[in-house]
Amino acid sequence: MSIDLERFHKSFFEESFEGLDVMEQALLALNISAADAETINTIFRAAHSIKGGAATFGFASVADYTHGVETLLDQMRSGKRQVTKADVDLLLRVVDVLRGLLGAARDGTAFDAAAVTSTQAEIALALAGAAPVAVAAIKPAIVAAPTGWLIRFEPKADLFRSGNDPLRIIRGLDALGPMDVEVDTAGLPSFADADAESCYLAWTLRLHGDATRGEVEELFSWVEDECRLLIEPLAAAISIDAPALAKTVVSIEPGKPALALVKSAEPANSTAAATPRQGDAGSIRVGTEKIDTLINLVGELVITQAMLTQRAADLDPVQYEKLLNGLSQLDRNTRLLQEAVMATRMLPMEAVFSRFPRVVRDLATKLNKQVRLVTVGEQTELDKSVIEKITDPLNHLVRNSLDHGLETAADRIAKGKDATGTIRLSASHQGGNIVIEVSDDGRGLDRARILAKAQEKGIACSETMADAEVWQLIFAPGFSTAEQVTDVSGRGVGMDVVKRNIQALGGSVDLSSPAGSGTRVIIRLPLTLAILDGMSVAVGEDVYILPLGSVIESLQPLPEQVKRMAGQGTVVRVRNEYLPLMDLREWFGLPGQRRLPQDAIVVIVESEGRKLAMQIDELVGQQQVVIKSLEANYRRVRGVSGATILGDGRVSLIIDVGAIVRLSSQSAAA
Amino acid sequence: MNTAAGEYAAINAQADGNGQPNEFLTFTLGDEEYGVDILKVQEIRGYDTVTRIPDAPDFIKGVINLRGTIVPVIDMRIKFRLGKVEYNSFTVMIILNVARRVVGMVVDGVSDVMQLTPEQIRPAPEFGSAVNARFITGLGAFDQRMLILIDIEKLLSGADMALMAGPEAQSQALQ
Repeated sequence: MSIDLERFHKSFFEESFEGLDVMEQALLALNISAADAETINTIFRAAHSIKGGAATFGFASVADYTHGVETLLDQMRSGKRQVTKADVDLLLRVVDVLRGLLGAARDGTAFDAAAVTSTQAEIALALAGAAPVAVAAIKPAIVAAPTGWLIRFEPKADLFRSGNDPLRIIRGLDALGPMDVEVDTAGLPSFADADAESCYLAWTLRLHGDATRGEVEELFSWVEDECRLLIEPLAAAISIDAPALAKTVVSIEPGKPALALVKSAEPANSTAAATPRQGDAGSIRVGTEKIDTLINLVGELVITQAMLTQRAADLDPVQYEKLLNGLSQLDRNTRLLQEAVMATRMLPMEAVFSRFPRVVRDLATKLNKQVRLVTVGEQTELDKSVIEKITDPLNHLVRNSLDHGLETAADRIAKGKDATGTIRLSASHQGGNIVIEVSDDGRGLDRARILAKAQEKGIACSETMADAEVWQLIFAPGFSTAEQVTDVSGRGVGMDVVKRNIQALGGSVDLSSPAGSGTRVIIRLPLTLAILDGMSVAVGEDVYILPLGSVIESLQPLPEQVKRMAGQGTVVRVRNEYLPLMDLREWFGLPGQRRLPQDAIVVIVESEGRKLAMQIDELVGQQQVVIKSLEANYRRVRGVSGATILGDGRVSLIIDVGAIVRLSSQSAAA
Repeated sequence: MNTAAGEYAAINAQADGNGQPNEFLTFTLGDEEYGVDILKVQEIRGYDTVTRIPDAPDFIKGVINLRGTIVPVIDMRIKFRLGKVEYNSFTVMIILNVARRVVGMVVDGVSDVMQLTPEQIRPAPEFGSAVNARFITGLGAFDQRMLILIDIEKLLSGADMALMAGPEAQSQALQ
């Protein structure tokens, strides 16, 4: 298995930038006269992990640079070195350089070497320590650093042609210390005369801090011959008044060629100037309640919109054309908004799949099997809460495949298969559902063994059952075909738990197993727990929602299909089965005249393998509903799993088919 | 009206700090006039279509959609056998915010908001109203009127209201 390091780059950069922030804060908080060990340690740890990470991921420039810093910090940490103000200043500049280096490494651009080498030299100096003479000799400017520099930078028009980018120089200067930038647009020609490849701008830069003249000059070394450059100590020229400065800066009028110029300059510096933003906008942590509130509000909006559409349906399309147009636009926007908001809760399946390489590897070693894990569709997105709940069932299925499904290498070769077995995990969208598949190319399911086991466990079965029905036996509680109980799987709580968990999420599990060529488990899940595909049914004036997933069919029974059984209630004969009949009106104690089953509609529902015929008055339709909690302000109601709001603003209760099936079979047994 | 309630609440909060009078929203049930702490009142609205809840006592009319939240509605007139129970365009509901829940309460009518100083509030005798004395915090005297001040939080959280889950409430509801 090859590890793709690229995947971790993003988090490395995130962590490193966080580490730099920590370093910076700690440096700022550091009390020089009484530096406490804990703060220095914090700084050291941050630098250390950046170095470690950079080395691991092959960012040699970052790792090398950090190494020197780390050595310096280590001296401070071990008390070999007294922390001085100059050190802290140096380290702060180092943090800035590191930030630049990391940014460059992330975006694949080059960071200006000048700042790196100059700070590196300073670190080397600081490490050399006790030789102040040397300091003076190599970098005399450090000792008597002025408060800053006034730099007048007037590039020639053909600066871009030599591949130079003034912005890069300016950014380099920025790394040396805080800086004020004033752009001089006086040289700009009119739009018609402007050449997109010429530079018409000049800059006046005021760099504060204790950067040396050498450092500043170094930055301009590539453009020396292509510009007019004036560098003066800042103190001498500080008299330029700020308002005037601000005026010049603001005076770039929109529509003037300045814009055209900025645009034309962009291709040259786009990698450097535009991309660093990417990382900033990458992600943001938001509390789930905030998102849920948003989802609720959008749900509301959808309902309001549906109400408006309903009301508008009777309007004369000619007279109210504009209103109706507006409404259809609202409809579209609302739907897009809903999708977008729902998407904020979505996570890629990768979050689940990424744990399996490790699981499979460990297990394969333990079981002495050769396994290849293939994952497909990691980018398929799924609601966060569903993802959290699907992990355990998937884990179980993968373990099952490995333990029971795949044969040992010797067995496989004997069967003429590749010695290495394959387990395939895939995820994809199908309609409003997500389909997750766990498949292996192992020995497949053994029909005879399953039937034998089912008989042994007293589970109803027969030799003539269709394959699909036989496979379903695996999901019966307490069923486990493994000959020995291993610690990998086969504790007998296997597949029924998987099925229950998935059903609790509103999903379904199917199995297929072409003889001898492996097993496929197909899990279908709703995209989100907040929405349910429902069938609306009416009893009298009340409308209830049945989860579509548990509805098998609906029919109007003939009188001869309905049989009364003494003391057992009524049953309906549907094809070859007798299903207990339950009248929803009676069950919920609703008002209205009881109907005879043949005058009503019967919906066949299924839960946990048990079927029930539910008598209602009418079928209303199918719709997606937003699930609302009934318990938030009220309490649990027997046979109701939640509520929703219909298009007309009314509340409708969602029927808990599982509970009703369970309760009615209990009462039938009693 | 919601904003009006909010304004009053703000004034009240201010007044409270200075030991000033408390404000109560008054409503009628039959011939009796009741008051609830205005800070518990979220809004007042007309009676909507209510969705029936199975297995609920008769005074729980059902649930409504209050801007996306499912809110149970109880009819005090049924609960305390007071007033004529009819639903028309004048029927009002006080939406209360108690024990971090939102509950709608149908009453005969909402009168106004009154300020009562602590001196105007007398202890309640053990009889005289349809509401159990446990839930009465006092009687407010105001001009010639008498206001029965109820502790709405205690009243609605009580087991006999069957509004909240709890072994007691549950068994009551299932009877």
